[in-house]
Amino acid sequence: MSKHVVAAVAEIPAGGRKLVSVQGRPIVIFNLEGDFFGLMNRCPHQGADLCAGEVMPLISADQPGDYQVTRAGEIIRCPWHGWEFDIRTGQSWCDPARVRTRRYPVEVAPGAALVRGPYVAETVPVAVEQDYVVVEI
Amino acid sequence: MNVVLPAAATAARVTQGAIDCDIHPGVPGIAALLPYMSDFWKDSFVRRGMDGFDLASYPPGAPISCRPDWRPATGKPGTDVAQLRAQALDGFGTRLAICNTLYGGQVAASETMGAAICSAINDWIAAEWLAADPRLRASIVVPAQAPHLAAEEIERLAGDRRFVQILLPAAAELLYGKSYYWPIWQAAEKHGLPVGIHAGSMFRYAPVSNGWPSHYLHDYVSQSQVFEDQLLSMVSEGVFVRFPTLRIVLIESGVSWLPGFLWRSVKTWRGVRSEVPWVKQPPAEIIRHHVRLTVQPFDAPKDDADVVAALVRQIGADEMLLFATDWPHWQFDGDRALPAGIAPDLARRITVDNPLATYPRLQEATAP
Repeated sequence: MSKHVVAAVAEIPAGGRKLVSVQGRPIVIFNLEGDFFGLMNRCPHQGADLCAGEVMPLISADQPGDYQVTRAGEIIRCPWHGWEFDIRTGQSWCDPARVRTRRYPVEVAPGAALVRGPYVAETVPVAVEQDYVVVEI
Repeated sequence: MNVVLPAAATAARVTQGAIDCDIHPGVPGIAALLPYMSDFWKDSFVRRGMDGFDLASYPPGAPISCRPDWRPATGKPGTDVAQLRAQALDGFGTRLAICNTLYGGQVAASETMGAAICSAINDWIAAEWLAADPRLRASIVVPAQAPHLAAEEIERLAGDRRFVQILLPAAAELLYGKSYYWPIWQAAEKHGLPVGIHAGSMFRYAPVSNGWPSHYLHDYVSQSQVFEDQLLSMVSEGVFVRFPTLRIVLIESGVSWLPGFLWRSVKTWRGVRSEVPWVKQPPAEIIRHHVRLTVQPFDAPKDDADVVAALVRQIGADEMLLFATDWPHWQFDGDRALPAGIAPDLARRITVDNPLATYPRLQEATAP
């Protein structure tokens, strides 16, 4: 387990996403209203880049025609076959127990803490006065 | 005449005590139904000279409509109670059998005439068949042309516990998922009656979606597509969400088209489920829960037990299959009413346990 600085918080606005590479692993970082989440950029179905998918709300219904739209921006849809994944958990909607994309813990840390370590800042220069997105793999 | 051949004795061991979920008493003609009609309709059928309401899907003279050794010397297939008793009941050692009458009331262009014929058939089957043998049960035939009249007919007869199912043709005027048909599903659910969907069409539109076929071969083979469309319509329109205890029985569907259809529907649902968000489970799971199928015909290579066993595995639910002979329709010869490759414990489920679980009213007949 190691922690990697992958971006400055300011680079990923709310609702935005950024594809980063951590030790060769492609990981998409999402900002959901200030909470950051990381998913493997690989659909477990056939390997498409999830990062290129459309971000949607969760659409649900308890009865025919009774459409409910909730959790705006929290579902990513694979660009190839439209499978939906929960950005918070990596679980698919269609088969959450078995079909999921790997989720990586993400935290926000102030630059002042990062310069003391034990973080790995491979490509992101760290300034004491900024906040950074840190992924653990 | 009750000649027991050695082969029939073997059959009796497999099907002894079975519940036959699809037999077809035949309506000899409209005259047989007139005693069960109102004065208006009695008079109308005679004055207007209307008769011959046999379904275009089962012409009485066609080979499919009657097995050669079950064809009566005179009259239409399935019209003789003594033959039904000897061939369909005693012939297989049947404990209970469900009569599914196929006649023009279910497909008539006129809603009121259709309702009159259906209603007469129900009273006729009760008086002349159910009363003739305690092993017989029946489906309520209803005019799907007018769902509100169908619901009234269900209400009228649901109190007679010998009616164990509601019967609809596979192809009606609209897809069965449409809310137009909700009164039928509502009445069925209220009375705990499964709805049997039997091969056959109202022929309001071409039996295949891209044109009119020229031959019976195409017409009959393509019926399985109709069953697929009806199932998917009911799943995607949310019928099983709205009516969570509704049970559908596909009768004479051919069965073996099911696995590929289930895979295809699940695969597509995974990508587009947000357009039908009330479909919360994969269509295959919904269908396995709500839908049952009779096993005549079972489309598979003859006598290839491996293929049949593989198909049953792919269908993925032992409780889905129901025994049927489809008497007097010609689906098999001799006593081979069950496809080869059905293991004895599964045979027991298909012939007894599954029908009892599917049709709650049959449990009353077999209670100690």
